[in-house]
Parts: sequence; structure tokens; C-alpha cells
Amino acid sequence: MVPFAGYSMPVLYSDQGVGDSHKFVREKAGLFDVSHMVQHRLTGPGALAFLHSVTPSDLLKLSPGQSTLSVLLHPVTGGIVDDLIITLENPDNFYVVTNAACKEKDIEYIRTNIAKFDESSNGKVTHEVLGNHGLIALQGPLANVILQEYIDSTPARGKLDLKTLYFGFATYLDIPLGLGNVETLHIARGGYTGEDGFEIAISAKNAEAVTQAILDIGARGDRIKLTGLGARDSLRLEAGMCLYGHDIDDTTTPIEAGLKWLIGKQRIMSSNFNGAEIVARQYGDWKLVERRRVGFFVDGAPAREGAEVVDKGTDTVIGKITSGCPSPTLGRNIAMGYVKSGFHKAGTPVGVKVRGKVRDGVVAKMPFVEAKYYKN
Amino acid sequence: MTSIARSVSFRAFSAIRSSYRVTVQMPRLDRRTFSGSTRVSVIKFTKDHEWIQHDPSVSDIATVGITAYAAHALGDAVFVELPNLDTEVAAGDPFGAVESVKSASDIMSPVSGIVVETNQKLADKPSLINKSPEKDGWILKIKVSDASELDGLMEASEYEAYVKK
Repeated sequence: MVPFAGYSMPVLYSDQGVGDSHKFVREKAGLFDVSHMVQHRLTGPGALAFLHSVTPSDLLKLSPGQSTLSVLLHPVTGGIVDDLIITLENPDNFYVVTNAACKEKDIEYIRTNIAKFDESSNGKVTHEVLGNHGLIALQGPLANVILQEYIDSTPARGKLDLKTLYFGFATYLDIPLGLGNVETLHIARGGYTGEDGFEIAISAKNAEAVTQAILDIGARGDRIKLTGLGARDSLRLEAGMCLYGHDIDDTTTPIEAGLKWLIGKQRIMSSNFNGAEIVARQYGDWKLVERRRVGFFVDGAPAREGAEVVDKGTDTVIGKITSGCPSPTLGRNIAMGYVKSGFHKAGTPVGVKVRGKVRDGVVAKMPFVEAKYYKN
Repeated sequence: MTSIARSVSFRAFSAIRSSYRVTVQMPRLDRRTFSGSTRVSVIKFTKDHEWIQHDPSVSDIATVGITAYAAHALGDAVFVELPNLDTEVAAGDPFGAVESVKSASDIMSPVSGIVVETNQKLADKPSLINKSPEKDGWILKIKVSDASELDGLMEASEYEAYVKK
């Protein structure tokens, strides 16, 4: 267990190293305890307009039960205050998951922005932090088989066919656990590994029992392992996903961070969200974007966060690595980071400084490992 | 970049402690006894989890590696950075690194001297560090410039107590 943001975090379980643990998730299934993630609910007639005032996402495009990755933006700089998953349950009820390391900052940000929000013309919005919930992530090619077996082992058998739940969608499922104890699971298809999988929110009182039941079912045929957050980091890096505080932060805009896809075109037209001025300008003109988040392959020593990226011809610093590790799936060193625009095209050779020595690197397309989502 | 000691303490320590019983294995290296002398190889340990084996009655060249405890705690090595030959190092200087999926850990020189040989097997097979940290997975040989520096390092029993703390 390692302290992180006031939580005691399972980084590595004793039965496996990070590399083996990582491969197990890619081949079978891993169960991650991500209860440190902060779960919120935003409700009221003004909920949609409020989320539209703090994020660049077009949430009107979501169907009920659908989720999207989004970003909270700084009102002036357009920098990313945090990344988050927003699920629309209906236009006046949103389920939101944010990062633990940003908990205080996010709550303060939401509070301040609600205070600034014009409720008289937009409608009232209420923010609630769901304090008493566990969150587990079940990830890997066998995740859907294991979860279906679990559901079918309970009195909820037949109530949910996971074949009908696609990537980016979430649903509720009541599971009677006996003695009048009914657990309402929130099951979202997606995750942070690039594999098919689910994130399941469970009330604190039933979190352990439900998790144990899933683990027991997965244990048949040795299909599941508890996976630490060490492997979660290498898995998400292979999937090309950002880790807040490393690959994105208050100083990076969503465009620089390669997250242009999550910005709604309509939202740019109306430009009524925090940071819209700078984000809209960058959206319309790549020339105004000075640096870009890209992937790298690096020869020899793995490049880690903080390593300088240099122009091979001149040795001038052109960027910085923000995450990096040896990829257990590919058997070569992968990294992500920022480079000056112009050096961002896949295939561009660069140097990466590790322990004072310049290593051969090349800008690479992300994801490094193809995502295997269950899509319609 | 962190030292092995920092990486070791950073990692999921409750997990390591509960699953790994501390046994300090002495490097199984040649122990020669010379007639008229009971002097054998000296094996010392650093707080940074390196071992150094030296027999001053034979030569001024010592062998250096990381301990089994450190190798286990760091996890599967995927890359071992070795210094160039003839590199001059002072005690406590980083002269190489062990990289696992999770972290990069500096290897600090236990003593001052000049690097005279590196274990090239580690370049092809970094996992030797995990399989045999105190024998085949040795890291380098160093020409010791001041043998008295070894006196300040820990004996096996002291190191064992140190890692149990």
C-alpha cells in the first residue's frame, strides 16, 4: 500500500510483479480497486447548462446512459483543471467521476463556478459528492464473461445481457443480496486500460461482498487477478491515455493535449464555456498551438517523466517526457510527452535524454496497443 | 530518478514485507584462504542495497551487485544501464541503473574507484538481476582506490537487521 492523495493505495499485490500483472489483464482479466476516484452527481434543471459552462463537451450529443471523457477548464487560461467522465442519465441528472488527487481543487472549482452560474436564467443546479461508494474496474478480454456469470449467479439473472451494453454506456442493476439487502450497481462499460471492461460503483456496505463474489467467479479457471495501480499505469500508457498531473495539468489546453476530439463543434461556435477564448482560437488554427502531446518509442533506457526531448541535429530542447515505461505488451520503451509543433508528426526522429545520455527516439502514433472496446 | 533505497521504500511495502521473508544470501564467490592467513573475501552491504565483495589479499578489484532483497523489491528488471569502462566514481555516486516497468533506480557505487569490468550478460538478459542478484547477476568490477571505505559499510548481519527495520 502506498499513500496517495490521502488514500492508502494498492500499487502492487504480492503475488505478481507489475509486468506479469499487466500481461494478465491483456490476456484474461484484472480487477482494480479504484474507490479513491471521486464520484459526483449534478442534478437540477440547470445541470446541463452548468456542465456546458465548465467543459467544452457537447453533452446534448449523449443518449441517456452514455458517457464521455471531458475536461474542466480554467476560465482564463483554458488549462485543464481536471479530466473527468461525465455520464448523462437525463439532461437534469449527471453522474461524474473525477481524480482523487484533484478532489479538494475540483470541489472548490465546482462550488465557485456554481456561485458564478446564472441560475435564474439557466435553472438551479445541485452538486453532491457521493462519499459512500466503492468503485471497482474489471478489465480485460474475459471481463464481460466474468461479470455476466456473476450477474447470472444472483437473483438478478436475466435482468442484464451485457451484449446490449456498449462501450461508453452505463446502466443500473438491482442485485438482491438476501435479507432484503438490494444493491443497486452502477455498471459503466469502459475503463482506463484500452481493454473491454467495466467500472462498477457499489455502495460501501456491499462493496466488499460484491467484489469478493466477482473474484470468486473469476478464480474458476484462473481468469482474474487483483491488479495494482502500478499495472494500471503501464496499461493506460499503452492505451495512450493521459494521467492528470503528469500528461495534462493546469498549464495544458485540451488542444495541446491532443484532446480536440472531445470538444463539441457547436460549443466552439457558441464559445460560452470556461477558457473558450483560447480554446476556440487553438481549435481553429493549429499555428496557434505551440506544442503537442505525442507518443514516443525510445531505444535502450526507458524515458520517464521529466526527461528532455531534444532535436537530434542541434541538441536543442524541443520538449519533455510526461510518462514513460517499458511496454510489457510490446517489449519496447514507450513514452508520451510534449514537443514543439513541427516535431509532432509520427515518424519524426528525436533524441531523449536519460541520465545525461541522448537516446534515439521517434515520435509514435498512439495508442501504442490497439483498444479493444465493445462497440455497436 | 531515485536510488534503490528510495524505490524500495516507495513500492508497495506492506505487500513486499508480508510475502518476502528477509534472507540475506551471501554472494557465493570464491573464498580463498592463503597459507598463514585466515583472510577471506570481505562482503559488505550498503544502505542503498548494494553488495560489494572484495578480497584485498588477492587484488584491489571488488565485485559489486544489488542484494536479493532489492532485486525482489524492484521487480522484474527490463534494462540495466552499465557504466563505461574506466569511469572513475566516488563512493555514493550513481554509476548505473536498474529499470523495471514501474521505476528506474540508480545503482550507487559503494566505494571510490575505477570501473574495470561490467557484466555484459546483463545487457542481453536483464532478468539475471532478479534470478541471481548475488551471483551471476553481478553488475561490475571496480578497482578500489581506498579499501578502508569498506570498513564503513554493513556486515551481512547488520544489513539483515537494516532491511527488517
